[in-house]
Amino acid sequence: MRDPREETIPNANGSGFNRRDFLRGSGAAVAVTALATSDQGATAQDAKKANVASAKAQDVTLNVNGKEHKLSLEPRVTLLDTLRDDLNLTGCKDVCDTTNCGACTVLIDGKPTYACSRLAHECVGKKVTTIESLAANDPVVAGFVKHDAQQCGFCTPGFVMATKAFCDKNPGATLAQVRAGLGGNICRCGTYVGITACAMELVTKKGGK
Amino acid sequence: MATELKVAWGPRKDNVYLGKEITRLDGVEKASGAAKYAADANPKGCLYAKVLSFKGGAGKVKSLNLDDALKVPGVKAVHAFVKEGDELQWDGALVAAVAAERQEQAEDGVRAIKFTFDTMEHFVDEDDLKGAEAAKRTKDLGNNTKGDVEAALKSAAVVHKGQYGIATISHMCLETHGSCTRWEEGKLIVNHSTQNVSGTPANFVSELQKQHNISVDAADVTVLCQFVGGGFGSKFAADDWGVAAAKMSKETGRPVRLMLDRATELKIAGTRPSGFAEVTIAADKDGKIVAWDSHHWGTNGGMKGGTINLAQFPYVFDFDNRNRKATGLVTNAGPDRAWRAPPHPQLCALTDTAIDDIAAKLGKSAVDVFLANIDKTPEKLQATYVAEIKRAAELIGWSKKWHPHGKGGDGDVKRGLGMAIHTWGGRAHAGTCTVRINPDGSVESLSGTQDIGTGTRTAIAMVLAETFGITLDAVKVRYGSSVYPRSGPSGGSTTIGGVTGPNRRAAIAALGKLFDVVAEKHKVDGNNLTAKGGKIWNGDKEVCTWKAACGLLGMMGIETTGEGPKDDGLTSEQVGGVQMADVSVDTKTGIVRINQFVAVQDCGLIVDLLTAKSQVYGGLIMGIAYSLTEEQILDNKTGRYINADLENYKLPRIGDIGELIVEMYQPDSEYERGVIGLGEPPVIACGAAISNAVANATGVRVPTIPLTPKRVLDALKAAKA
Repeated sequence: MRDPREETIPNANGSGFNRRDFLRGSGAAVAVTALATSDQGATAQDAKKANVASAKAQDVTLNVNGKEHKLSLEPRVTLLDTLRDDLNLTGCKDVCDTTNCGACTVLIDGKPTYACSRLAHECVGKKVTTIESLAANDPVVAGFVKHDAQQCGFCTPGFVMATKAFCDKNPGATLAQVRAGLGGNICRCGTYVGITACAMELVTKKGGK
Repeated sequence: MATELKVAWGPRKDNVYLGKEITRLDGVEKASGAAKYAADANPKGCLYAKVLSFKGGAGKVKSLNLDDALKVPGVKAVHAFVKEGDELQWDGALVAAVAAERQEQAEDGVRAIKFTFDTMEHFVDEDDLKGAEAAKRTKDLGNNTKGDVEAALKSAAVVHKGQYGIATISHMCLETHGSCTRWEEGKLIVNHSTQNVSGTPANFVSELQKQHNISVDAADVTVLCQFVGGGFGSKFAADDWGVAAAKMSKETGRPVRLMLDRATELKIAGTRPSGFAEVTIAADKDGKIVAWDSHHWGTNGGMKGGTINLAQFPYVFDFDNRNRKATGLVTNAGPDRAWRAPPHPQLCALTDTAIDDIAAKLGKSAVDVFLANIDKTPEKLQATYVAEIKRAAELIGWSKKWHPHGKGGDGDVKRGLGMAIHTWGGRAHAGTCTVRINPDGSVESLSGTQDIGTGTRTAIAMVLAETFGITLDAVKVRYGSSVYPRSGPSGGSTTIGGVTGPNRRAAIAALGKLFDVVAEKHKVDGNNLTAKGGKIWNGDKEVCTWKAACGLLGMMGIETTGEGPKDDGLTSEQVGGVQMADVSVDTKTGIVRINQFVAVQDCGLIVDLLTAKSQVYGGLIMGIAYSLTEEQILDNKTGRYINADLENYKLPRIGDIGELIVEMYQPDSEYERGVIGLGEPPVIACGAAISNAVANATGVRVPTIPLTPKRVLDALKAAKA
């Protein structure tokens, strides 16, 4: 039951650099060391990729839900923590912090992405879209309510974002495709039946357009 | 003459809301991300706390020094959960906490802590009874006997001996345990992730006093929880980490948010105990079970040495001749907490599997053998079980699909059917509420209950709208704060009865008072009045609108209180429930797939049919999780919990559940029983039903749940040898 999207989602910046690779096998402390070294120009290439030059807090401007936010962040801060703690956009949830569950799904330049898998500094120059940008009458939100595709609701915003991205991109999708396409998120209460019904209704409607 | 309205539910056919599919009132809030959980609390100046937890099987604290942590930039407070010489009895035991301006700074602080320990002996191998005995890690938990087992075994047509087991699982609440605490003018305010809003303030008070000598009046503690990201029985207390947050908050004068990290959550914030059993079961040629002899063991972790209940085993059935014996295992695993229907899923997984095996030995269908023994189940449930078994069999196509065990097809992939039955109490918890009718016609309910995802808020609104004959949007439900009238904890399927009973009683009392005023004004008999469709009626004659009636009230409107539970028929207890699984087993890979999973479930009067069905779907999915993939894995060598993350702790995803078919059993006789809780029942029979289906497919019993590919392959290999 490994997350199928882990292999398939391209990195948002196309550079092959993401937090997972960056932190792999090292832990955050080592990551900081690496960046500190880059400060001295030793790993300038990494620094260029990461778009940072020091482990210290630096100014960044993030475009979230169409609005520019000026922040001062250490390079190691994830997009998830930035959205939740700095911008108070708490619809994306911190559940696994290991890119497994999808509760922190946001869109980066339209692509569904785990916010815990990206550093905030990586997202400079990109358009980040969170659940908070959806209108209360958004068809995906309405569909989740109609099909009771939620219980405790903690995984729900992540699932809504994943569903939105999937259904927008895959009108006319089959049941098997819906099941595969939404396989990157986990619900503990067991709301999959409602989510499937909601997604099927959405792709069927869009397919009929 | 004052109006006296009878306290009862109305005739079923007249209901506008009750029993209908009503979407949950907080659905948009949740789905749009607007709902704020404790984990989302972020008051101005909030500090974020992280914990250092023990990494080992068992150890003794040699040294703990937090000075360096305090020097880390951004760190504002530290807290030691243990001191030198303290014993740490399980992986994940709390050592210290650090609160800082930012989460990553708190992590830096945790890394700067100087902590050393001496390793102690540990024991975590819970399915190894002999090993536990050798290590002196067992506890005799008693035995008892009914009838004459030996004689019954001698005269039986068939006897089967089997070993069965079900592993420990963790609650895995997606919102980890924790809280955001702040002090304002000597008063403590806690955004707490809890199933127990009304009961937690007193727990904070006593623990703050006991652990830190901090005095605060219970009246000055407010616990808030509008939304909780999963609890499943594990979130009833203030907990040491909540108390530590409150203490660090007091020290710094800043709000502190302390949510456990995922690994610590899995290790210490709630596990469901394991259960293992050796069973000898015997039947006559008609499939009637004549003898049962069992020895079961398991652990509830926390060095407590308990196991699943002796008195409830065998589960649901009580056979004329039976011996039972229980042994507890003292293991260095994190302590158990109540997990959905404790300890029924384990008992069912150890009982209904043995019944299925004896049916197989007789060459009979499990349906026939369960039906042949229904007279050994609680009398009041027997007719329900028979009806539910028949209906579930129809839904899954049992008679067409069933084959004897091991005849699941010639190819590598075998197909089979299994069933199991369960029971649960679901009696309403103690609770109070206030109901208000305002002069403008709006209506409020206030109670210190919580909505753990079960639809509490929606159910309360439905009851008031039904009682007053008004629309749902005219009802405001206030809950999730300990300042409201006290309501019970949401555990054991007690909430739906615990809130609908008091609200119906309070609403009927309020309606009586309203009718008094209407009767006086319009010169009619209040006892002839009814409220329906936004109007007040005298027989079939309209008297006035609801709004006009409320306009007759003075500025104070009407306020009543309701209590429960009471023996007035609004609520009752004890349900049955039947589940049947159709699975495919790949004998080359050991992978089990659910084709169809049927649940037929009773629960008395159904309040909201939509959320009721959601409960059952959810139960089936959690059941599939613990039946096929999910378990706590403790490493014997190190004593550590080695899959404490969402990658290796395997939960099913949306494509892993097959087709689920849920039918609520709801004849009029169920409606007449009143409201009964539903949260626990649908998660109970899943393990046995799925295990039985695998046995039917392959002809081999995989002894221990979850039926992972390795366990399936091992069992198939052992059967061949």
